[in-house]
Amino acid sequence: MKLVTAIIKPFKLDVVREALSDIGVHGMTVTEVKGFGRQKGHSELYRGAEYVVDFLPKTKVEIAVKESDLDSVVEAITKAANSGKIGDGKIFVSPLEQVIRIRTSETGDQAI
Amino acid sequence: MENQIFQLQYAIDTFYFLVCGALVMWMAAGFSMLEAGLVRAKNTTEILTKNVALFSISCIMYLVCGYAIMYDGSFFLSGIQGGETLVADALAASAENGFDGDSVYSGASDFFFQVVFVATAMSIVSGAVAERMKLWAFLAFAVVMTGFIYPMEGSWTWNGADVFGMYNLGDLGFSDFAGSGIVHMAGAAAALAGVILLGARKGKYGKNGEIHAITGANLPLATLGTFILWMGWFGFNGGSVLKLGDIANANSVAMVFLNTNAAAAGGLVAALIVARILFGKADLTMALNGALAGLVAITAEPSTPSALGATIIGAVGGIIVVFSIITLDKIKIDDPVGAISVHGVVGLFGLLVVPLTNDGSTFVGQIVGALTIFIWVFVCSLIVWSIIKVIIGLRVSEEEEYEGVDLAECGMEAYPEFTSSK
Repeated sequence: MKLVTAIIKPFKLDVVREALSDIGVHGMTVTEVKGFGRQKGHSELYRGAEYVVDFLPKTKVEIAVKESDLDSVVEAITKAANSGKIGDGKIFVSPLEQVIRIRTSETGDQAI
Repeated sequence: MENQIFQLQYAIDTFYFLVCGALVMWMAAGFSMLEAGLVRAKNTTEILTKNVALFSISCIMYLVCGYAIMYDGSFFLSGIQGGETLVADALAASAENGFDGDSVYSGASDFFFQVVFVATAMSIVSGAVAERMKLWAFLAFAVVMTGFIYPMEGSWTWNGADVFGMYNLGDLGFSDFAGSGIVHMAGAAAALAGVILLGARKGKYGKNGEIHAITGANLPLATLGTFILWMGWFGFNGGSVLKLGDIANANSVAMVFLNTNAAAAGGLVAALIVARILFGKADLTMALNGALAGLVAITAEPSTPSALGATIIGAVGGIIVVFSIITLDKIKIDDPVGAISVHGVVGLFGLLVVPLTNDGSTFVGQIVGALTIFIWVFVCSLIVWSIIKVIIGLRVSEEEEYEGVDLAECGMEAYPEFTSSK
């Protein structure tokens, strides 16, 4: 099992959610986060004085997937979240040791 | 029949005075919202506490001694309700003045209208010293400012008393209709003295003198506050006609309302355009300050300019305020809400343009009057702030400032999170 963590532009969340639903992903966790990558921050003026916005608002989507679904999930996110501009975000894939459904105590692939 | 008409006129003028006073009272809400919007969220409760407390202190101090000092009355307003001969006296005064003569109205309504002006002057101070001053140091200053400093300069101007027996501003041709100088510049002078002794907010200026922006937490509140002030200003300027009960004065009142509104509009548009040209983007906070600058600029004489003239006076005020805010920032006078620029610099400008439309005033009178008010309020304030600084200190500790004065001074946050009740 894998944990897919995607950092995307907030306005892309709906498209990503739909794309994942279409390929049969049943659950995800979404968090509002802030950060920067190559895009870095940007500076703004407030009453004539400059201030730097170092951390830009992003949306973090976390999905637990079976090994067999990994490629299709990553592809769906990559396609849906791509605007072609800098700051589109990243996808991190990490191993997932165990998943447990609290209601039934099912574990592993059954619980995803 | 004539007496009945005089009674009616007295009633209308009193009623008009009271309604305008209530409008000006509402400006306290405007200042509260404007300041709450332009400070950071961690300093919201404290700035609101300052605003409600300063309003109440102003009312009490002006009642105790301020009104007596300013208008040669008696302390604690004793006798303000009038004696047994009140009706006869008022009718006699009305008959002597004639129907369109000087205004005759209830003494209590005069106090009510005057007291809210004191609170306005004091409100100006709270924004400039926001986010770093101790609550009780500020309130201690409010007692002296509203009970003594403001009433003294008020007595030299609106009451026509000699300045320490030396000269008379009225004789020199000084004219300040509703208080560009007497109220607004006076408040700004007290604020400036406080800010100089207090210093800038932590993090406002870098090691090499670079200026960092500290952004306001809630621009919807700042906008609401500006609109409330805009509305309250109709009472501020409109009520300062002091009379409504005949055609000439009714027209004057209407013209004052119209010009006050026009100046605010001119100030806002001018500041918005200047900010767009200077910064490349439309800075809402500058536009809001522009509207207030327009209002302050027209306050010294809202009855004589034409509508176009009032718009232009307001617009020039709006232009001045943007450059003034930038300049004060550069010379390290940290004023979170721009109060010193809006009320002080533009207040002075308002005084100086009066002779252009009002033949009764002179440039010499305006300059001497402005200097008198500024020096008196600034020097007195500097002394009072210094005494407070020695006794209890003006500034919260660095750690308290970092955590926010809400917790340090009030023990509560404006927007509490992660709290639980036991």
